[in-house]
Amino acid sequence: MMFSLLVWFALWEIVGRLGLVFLIPPFTEVMLAMIDVVTSSRFAEAATITLQAFAIGMALALTVGIGTGFLMGRVRAIGQLMGMWVNIFESSPMTAIVPALMALLGFGLPTMVFTVFIFSVWVIALDTQVGVERVSTSLVEMGRSFGASRRDLHLKIIFFAALPEILAGVRLGLIRGAKGVVIGQLLIAVVGVGYLFELYSRSFSMPEFWALLIIVFAFAFMASEAIAHLERRVAFYATSR
Amino acid sequence: MTGSDVAAAAAGAQPRASGRDRRVAAITHPWLLRVASIALVFGLWELGGAIPVSIAFPRFSATIGAFAEMLADGTFAAAYSQTIRPLAVGVALTGFGGILAGIVMGLSPRARWFGLPIFIILQAAPSAAIVPLITFLYGIGFAAKVFAVVLLSTPVIVLNSYRGISDTPRLLLEMSDAFLASRWQRIWKVVLPAASGLIFAGLRLGVAQGFTGAILAELLITPTGVGDLITYHRSLAEYDHMFAAILSIIVFASVTITLLQHVEHRIFRGDRRVA
Amino acid sequence: MTDHAGKSVRADAAAASVDGGPEPVIRVVDVAKEYPGGVQALGGVSFDVPAGELTSIIGPSGCGKTTTLKMIAGLVEPTAGQILVQDRVVRGPGPERAFVFQDFALMPWATVLRNVAFGLELRGVPRKRREAIAREHIARINLTGFEQAYPHQLSGGMRQRVGLARALAVDADILLMDEPFASVDEQIRRKFQEDLLMLLSEEHKTVVFVTHSIEEAVYVSDQIVILTRGPGRVSKVVRPEIERDGSPDEIRRNPGYLDAVEHIWSDLRSYLET
Repeated sequence: MMFSLLVWFALWEIVGRLGLVFLIPPFTEVMLAMIDVVTSSRFAEAATITLQAFAIGMALALTVGIGTGFLMGRVRAIGQLMGMWVNIFESSPMTAIVPALMALLGFGLPTMVFTVFIFSVWVIALDTQVGVERVSTSLVEMGRSFGASRRDLHLKIIFFAALPEILAGVRLGLIRGAKGVVIGQLLIAVVGVGYLFELYSRSFSMPEFWALLIIVFAFAFMASEAIAHLERRVAFYATSR
Repeated sequence: MTGSDVAAAAAGAQPRASGRDRRVAAITHPWLLRVASIALVFGLWELGGAIPVSIAFPRFSATIGAFAEMLADGTFAAAYSQTIRPLAVGVALTGFGGILAGIVMGLSPRARWFGLPIFIILQAAPSAAIVPLITFLYGIGFAAKVFAVVLLSTPVIVLNSYRGISDTPRLLLEMSDAFLASRWQRIWKVVLPAASGLIFAGLRLGVAQGFTGAILAELLITPTGVGDLITYHRSLAEYDHMFAAILSIIVFASVTITLLQHVEHRIFRGDRRVA
Repeated sequence: MTDHAGKSVRADAAAASVDGGPEPVIRVVDVAKEYPGGVQALGGVSFDVPAGELTSIIGPSGCGKTTTLKMIAGLVEPTAGQILVQDRVVRGPGPERAFVFQDFALMPWATVLRNVAFGLELRGVPRKRREAIAREHIARINLTGFEQAYPHQLSGGMRQRVGLARALAVDADILLMDEPFASVDEQIRRKFQEDLLMLLSEEHKTVVFVTHSIEEAVYVSDQIVILTRGPGRVSKVVRPEIERDGSPDEIRRNPGYLDAVEHIWSDLRSYLET
């Protein structure tokens, strides 16, 4: 099915050659520009800081998100108390908060890390909560009946029973985190790939712009597919829990 | 219950659990908890704002003050009227077009082959990167904002509509075949109604994404509406007003989405199950 | 057939047996269970379980049989009364009791081998030893060759056997079985009943068995506790002394056996019709 992309690339080439939209250069030019972009030192710098922010932000979001989700799923009162906030922020445009982060934390790595965090943590916590709540009581009772410690109960039983939902949340969190790092950088404008996008679009270097876009898209897509792969690996038991 | 409770109970005392359980249930009652947690968060905000760590972090009371002020003098009304219009237009466009595209892809394997990979990629990708480019096509006006909304909300609407169609429970399809439904009857009477839950969910998610698109457009390309409120007050270092504007967006978005969720649950009752 | 009404036993009584038979290893003393909201599942249940015997608990649905079993297991706390196992008050699960679940409760992400060894794994038994023990028990339930299979690849009957093997592997004195053969085909069910009896004749464990089949209860049990509902109470404790000579089919056709079943049926009918 992915072969249809080849058709799209062919269309892209035609549209570009015909000069139909001045913003869209031929696909082949974009591919050539990609080599220039990737080998430039600006890109290396931008990629480094972007990946740093993304990695740290996601690590924080995963720890806090999964941990909180567990808590919310196991203790009903906490689930109700915090659930309200998590739900509110999960469906609100976190983009609006970024200017406040910039005012508070400046224009550097901390703001970007925090942006990634606030974009992704809510959906991770929410899906983890759902997964933990749905764990069959029978399995938990089974663990208790054989004398499982709390640690064993949580790590050996509840975690695996909730894993399909947790992974679904992680994948959505990764996607949102990637959106966050890009949006954050677009708003900050002087760092990372956001800066590069600004640069290329201001100087009308369209092939470079699209090349960078494809690179960023490809990265986000691959990260999401990596988790989707894990999801497929646990699918065999997801339906028979 | 503790060990002594068990012993007391065994000696013939009345079970005390019911009274205690009732009290616990009252304290953990959803509304009471919610009010308590709101009070807690706002209280912490007030304290946090009072600590002079950063001048950019206003106290809760200052923020509320600015909020009330902007509400009273019509600033919010003016700003939101500017923000809502492209949002509504954009969501209407993607709603109509996106749902249609999703349905077509669900029903036609050829359409699916052609369109699905694109939307899957667009869904996963940070399409926000394209927003700055919009000015070259649509300037900095109304059309630009609509385009931003459309760009961000289309993939999720399309994909959810598609999944609604493609995930029609096989049992229902077999049932309609067994009762000799024609192709169109099957689509209108079985497939579409069964898909309506996911389609609506997609719309709801699309609205949420649309908000992001509208705000992003206002922050990046066309300084109008609520986004401009944020930028404007930040440039004047009036952080209480800036935070108030941000708070208004959070409130507005969550109220809207929650309303949609309630409607969704009412009409579709959560999980569709084959009876 | 002898019967005697359930007596309440004072908690501080010495461990004297009630009628001179084997010592009661489990004593349920005036146990009640009320859920928040006022639903009273059990309203004062008392009975003894003699050591080394198979006691079943039967009754109409909703009478609290599973609740009683889970309280013996220590998975549910009574709101009144107490349960003594081996002369100690039950405060939670313990190594002397093993539970077999009605819906199998197998970990779907783990192999049969890991599932059977799970009770031992939780106790910290080293991997090689626990896997060896698990393999032994997998052989006893005739599932050799399926050690690396996953639960979703097994039939209901096979899953139930895995659950049983898991409970046997921890070598507990007391087996608690919650409608273990309910989700299984009729033919397999009969075979399981035979197998259970044979297993128990080798093992000398005490078994408490919840079932909604009177026939099953009469066939396998040394003692039957009959519960009624609304709220659950012991209506009778019965010892079906049936002839166990002859093949299983002969036993099931034996008039004494059929009388026992009919007798209990008519007793229960009066409660079902109220």
